[in-house]
Amino acid sequence: MDAFIVISLIKIAVVAFVLLTAVAYLQWVERKVIAHIQLRMGPYRVGPHGLLQPLADVIKLITKEDMMPSYVNKPLYLFAPFIAVCMALLSIAVIPFGPTITVFGYQTNMQLTDLNIGVLYILAASSMGVYGIALAGWASNNKYALLGGLRSSAQMISYELPMALAIASPLLVSNTLSLKELVGTQSGNILHWNILHGPFPQIIAFLIFLIAGFAETNRVPFDLPEAENELVAGFHTEYSSMKFASFFMAEYLNMVTVSSMATLLFLGGWEAPWPAAYGSNLIPSAIFLVAGLTALYHAANPARKMDKYTLPVFGIVFLGIAGLFLLPLVQSWLLPLFWFCAKTGVILFFFMWVRATLPRFRYDQLMGFAWKFLFPVAMLNLLVTSFLVAWFS
Amino acid sequence: MSDSSVPGNILAEAEEEPQQPGGTRRMVLNMGPQHPSTHGVLRLLIELDGEIVAKCEPDIGFLHTGIEKECEVKTYQQAVTLTDRVDYLAPLSNNLCYCLAVEKLLQLEIPPQAQWMRVMLTELTRLNSHLVWLGTHAIDIGAMSVFLYCFREREEILKIFEMFSGQRMMTSYFRIGGLALEPPRGWQKRVTSFIDIFPSRIDEYENLLTNNQIWIGRTRGVGFIPLEDMLDLGVTGPMLRAAGLAMDARKDAPYTSYEKFDFEVPTRTENDVYARYQVRIEEMRQSTRIIRQALEGMPAGPWKADAPHVVLPDREKMKTQMEALIYHFKIVTEGFRVPEGEVYQVIESPRGELGYYVVSDGTTRPYRVHMRTPSFGNLQAVPKMVEGILIADVIASIGSVDFVLGDSDR
Repeated sequence: MDAFIVISLIKIAVVAFVLLTAVAYLQWVERKVIAHIQLRMGPYRVGPHGLLQPLADVIKLITKEDMMPSYVNKPLYLFAPFIAVCMALLSIAVIPFGPTITVFGYQTNMQLTDLNIGVLYILAASSMGVYGIALAGWASNNKYALLGGLRSSAQMISYELPMALAIASPLLVSNTLSLKELVGTQSGNILHWNILHGPFPQIIAFLIFLIAGFAETNRVPFDLPEAENELVAGFHTEYSSMKFASFFMAEYLNMVTVSSMATLLFLGGWEAPWPAAYGSNLIPSAIFLVAGLTALYHAANPARKMDKYTLPVFGIVFLGIAGLFLLPLVQSWLLPLFWFCAKTGVILFFFMWVRATLPRFRYDQLMGFAWKFLFPVAMLNLLVTSFLVAWFS
Repeated sequence: MSDSSVPGNILAEAEEEPQQPGGTRRMVLNMGPQHPSTHGVLRLLIELDGEIVAKCEPDIGFLHTGIEKECEVKTYQQAVTLTDRVDYLAPLSNNLCYCLAVEKLLQLEIPPQAQWMRVMLTELTRLNSHLVWLGTHAIDIGAMSVFLYCFREREEILKIFEMFSGQRMMTSYFRIGGLALEPPRGWQKRVTSFIDIFPSRIDEYENLLTNNQIWIGRTRGVGFIPLEDMLDLGVTGPMLRAAGLAMDARKDAPYTSYEKFDFEVPTRTENDVYARYQVRIEEMRQSTRIIRQALEGMPAGPWKADAPHVVLPDREKMKTQMEALIYHFKIVTEGFRVPEGEVYQVIESPRGELGYYVVSDGTTRPYRVHMRTPSFGNLQAVPKMVEGILIADVIASIGSVDFVLGDSDR
């Protein structure tokens, strides 16, 4: 029992630390990705390739003067960012990053807690997140913020329906609500993933889930709550310093949650696309090997002055990671983690790519899209799935 | 407009509105002057019924520069530099219009090379202005990347301007009597390489926007205003052409030998934001055509008029000929006299019909310079355009007007 508590505390510390760092760096990655799509360099000044930029941002946000307008509804104004970031963090608690592993003789899940209704729990937590935004808009006592908050609550509530329906269909196929067991039913090879798995491949549900995910996290093309061109900054217009950062963190945490959910529900979680017997365990090493060699090659032919010093370090680190994946001792938990992060990362990249490409929907178009298109399609998909599942079982 | 022509009344009216129990109250939103998408310092007072605009009142004057008045204390040649600052996205169009007006008073004959050079550079200015418009319009509707792609090409145009005049934006390259400087060596190569690549870049923007369902959804059918109202309010330029009226001063009243160029005036009939977008995109293609023609058919010869009392003499002549030295001294110290009279000159600026009304009393300084700027006329259409539509569409509609506040406040 004591071991359980200690391990849980360690896990919580590790997950919280890794997650918050990841969120900070996710922002760096997003800035880099969008910058390169837009023919810019992105962050480059703070540290090599701007790698210390997130740190600088955090310090800036923490030390910034915390302004509070005099006319706000004080308790709610202070409470709103707290709710937003708490609810975003809560969802992570049930997300498994890998299978059960053995560390120093103790068996443990790579997951904070394996709730048997994990999916429902995540839906509930993300629904609560709406309060953060709606209250922020209301409590700010600012017209732009109010419009932003109203839009956001309407949007998030509308998109929760198709999202829940889209989640329901793979659950029918897998026949469980526990996220860990969900992945277990998708093991084997890529054809067993819910997105391709019979009796009815859940590709439609996957797309609906992604679209609704964009809306849930207020990302382009559904970023109306913070449509900066018409509503200045939407619901967080009146927030500054760490309170603003909380909303920002909540948005990125939600992105991570949605991407992990998509991975777990549709893309087979931490399962490799094909069995290790056919060499899937060599893929991570191969990827990092190529990355390391590329970095070393560019270090030998530096395009910029600093490349001579920075790129060899990256190259050696990448080669080291490539070697690490070959060690049998750590392979058992490193490989699942790699596949989970890779799949989540691809979806996160997609989020960024879309942000750099698409214009924004108009408010009424967005609601129309949710109710007139997504909802019926999700419903139909659920019906077909349930019939087929009943037929074949 | 009724008696509420004083901006701010709309605020008072909404406050005074009696509030019935259970009734709804309208919200007044003050958009600007420091708002990210009012393109400068336009202030819009918007009365909202939910998210629908019930009433809109633009309030201008935050960028009042007093350029019209200032022209009166400058000599004719000095005032050229002020005209740049009127419409800072199309400085050369303003240069051109002012120079043409004064040259008409002086009855100067401009040599062909200068004329063709003027055509080429004003068309580059049109591209420059349209690129800024497209970028900001797209970013207003949420398409971020188009903005940076547009500015990549704009950078090339600014480099060309810098090559010609030493300045990127406020070039003042056109002077009364011709050009400010001799065209630099190697300009042909620079311009050729730009217009060779530019059409493919327009395709790139179109790839991102033209068939994009979200873009179409946001722009089609938005911002309609009847053609008669447009004419009553003095709307000109691409907005009018998107309503189906092919009015273009380059065709209707050719100046600077535009009649020798082969180009089309694109029109659409839908008269919405999307049509305005299409018209401007097509105008960019037509401008590229004009630039190519000007480049290939550029006549040789002098680049300044043969008018020693107006145009500064060459350095060489000034040092060897007494007469040239006297003219140089007179032009530099007091300027040149312009015969008494008044003139109104119209050109087609990127935004629409740009007119300069210059009155001379026979001295070396203009008695009055009045600018009929397209932005002012086009801005007047905004309230008519946005009343009854969603607030998100206000942004799209304002963007489609393509105004420059400096241009409307001068």
